[in-house]
Amino acid sequence: MPADLSPHLIYGPTGIAVFIIGLVGALCAQDRLRRVLALKLCSVGAGFLLITAAWREPPAAPDPVPHALVITGIVVMISATAVALALIRRLKSLEAEADTPQDTPEASHDA
Amino acid sequence: MSDPLAIFDLLLAVAIVALALATLSVRDLFAAIVLFVVFGLLSALAWVRLSAPDVALAEAAIGTGVTGALLLKTLHHLRHVTGTPERAAMRGMTPGAPVPMPVIWANAAFCGLIALGLAVAFLGAPAAGPGFDALVAEAMPRSGVEHPVTAVLLNFRAYDTLMEVVVLLAAVIAVWQIERGLSEAPAPVLGEVFEGFARLTLPAIVVLGTYLLWKGAEAPGGAFQGGAVLAAVGLLLLLARLYVPQPSHRPLARWAFVLGTGAFAAVALLVTGGGRVAFEYPAEHAKTLILLIEGVVTISIAVTLAALFHGREPVAMAPGEAPAASRSGEARDAG
Repeated sequence: MPADLSPHLIYGPTGIAVFIIGLVGALCAQDRLRRVLALKLCSVGAGFLLITAAWREPPAAPDPVPHALVITGIVVMISATAVALALIRRLKSLEAEADTPQDTPEASHDA
Repeated sequence: MSDPLAIFDLLLAVAIVALALATLSVRDLFAAIVLFVVFGLLSALAWVRLSAPDVALAEAAIGTGVTGALLLKTLHHLRHVTGTPERAAMRGMTPGAPVPMPVIWANAAFCGLIALGLAVAFLGAPAAGPGFDALVAEAMPRSGVEHPVTAVLLNFRAYDTLMEVVVLLAAVIAVWQIERGLSEAPAPVLGEVFEGFARLTLPAIVVLGTYLLWKGAEAPGGAFQGGAVLAAVGLLLLLARLYVPQPSHRPLARWAFVLGTGAFAAVALLVTGGGRVAFEYPAEHAKTLILLIEGVVTISIAVTLAALFHGREPVAMAPGEAPAASRSGEARDAG
C-alpha cells in the first residue's frame, strides 16, 4: 500500500463532498426539480463511497459485492426519480389549473 | 501508482465536486440538468479509475443518460405549463417567505455532523478491508458465469436483483397512475439533424445493447447496462415520432413490463426441489438459466425505462374523462 495518493484516497473524500453537497441541496433548494437533482447527487456520492470501499490495490480484483449493490442502487434511484418527476409534473399541472381554470396555453401540435 | 494518473485523478475529483456545486447553484434549470449530465459522466469515468467498469456503465447509461432524458422531459413539461409570459414569472416555483436563519443554521449543523461522521468512518475503515472477495472467489466456479459482478447480481444475491426489477415495475405502475388524464406537452420540434442522427445510430445502439447483455457473462456489462442502452432506442423512436404509443398497445406493454419479474421469479421457484432452495440453480444449467433470465429482464428493463420516459399511459381520452385542462383540440397524439 503506497503512502502517496492512491485513487481510493482521492475519490473517497470526493464521494463525501458530493454526498454533503447533495444533502445541503436537498434540504435547502426551493425548486422541486432541483431537489430531485440534489437527491441524485446524494446517491452518486454514496456510490462513490461504496466503490471506494470495494477498491483493492491493482493486481487484486475489486470486491464485486459493493459493485452489485451500487448497480442495484442506480436502478432503484431511477425508479424513484421517475416517480418523483411524474409527481412534479402532475403538481405543476394542478397548480396551473387552479390558477386559471379556463385559460390554458394553446398548444400547437402536429399530430 | 504512477504520477500522471494521480494528477488526472486529482483533476477529475476537483471537476466532479465543482460540477456538483454548479448543478445546485446555477440559476437556469436547463443549465443545471446539462451540468448534472456532465457530472454523471465524469463520475462514471472516476468509477472506471476505481476499477468498477460495470457500475460506470450502469451510471452512464441509466443514472446519467436515462435520468437526464427524464429531467429534460419534465423541464419541457413545466415550461409548457407555465409557458405564457405572465405565468413565466411564477416559474421560480412559489418563492414564498425566505427560509428563517435558524432553520438554515440547523440544516448546516446537521449536514456538518453527517460530513464529520462520514469522514470518521472513511478514515477509520480498514483500507482494502476484509470484504466479500474471498467468499465470492471461492463460490465463482459454481456460479455458472465468469464475471464476478454478474455472478453476484444474478446468482449469489439474485433475490436483491429480483426485488430491483420489482421496484422498476412498481415505478412504471405509479407513473401511469400519477399521469392518468394529464395533458401532454407538445413534442419538441426536432430538426433534420436529429432524424439523420437517429437513422445512423439506431442500428448501432441495438447491436451495442445486445452485445453488452451477451458480454455480461464474462466481462463488464449485463442486463441492466444492455437494457438501458436498448431503452435509448425507445427514446429515439419516441422523440423522432417513428413510434407513437397507441392505446391498443397497452396490453403488450403490460406484458413486457411484467415479463422480467415473472420469468425471474418463475426460474427461481422452478429450480427448487431435490434439496435445492429458491434461486439455487443446478450447476450444470446455471449459465443457461442466468442468460435466459438476463435476456428476458433486459427486454423488460428496456421497455420499462422507455415507458418511464414516455410517462403518460397511452389512453384514448373519452370526452367526459378528459380533465378541464386538456381540451379536445389540445396535444393528443393518439389517433
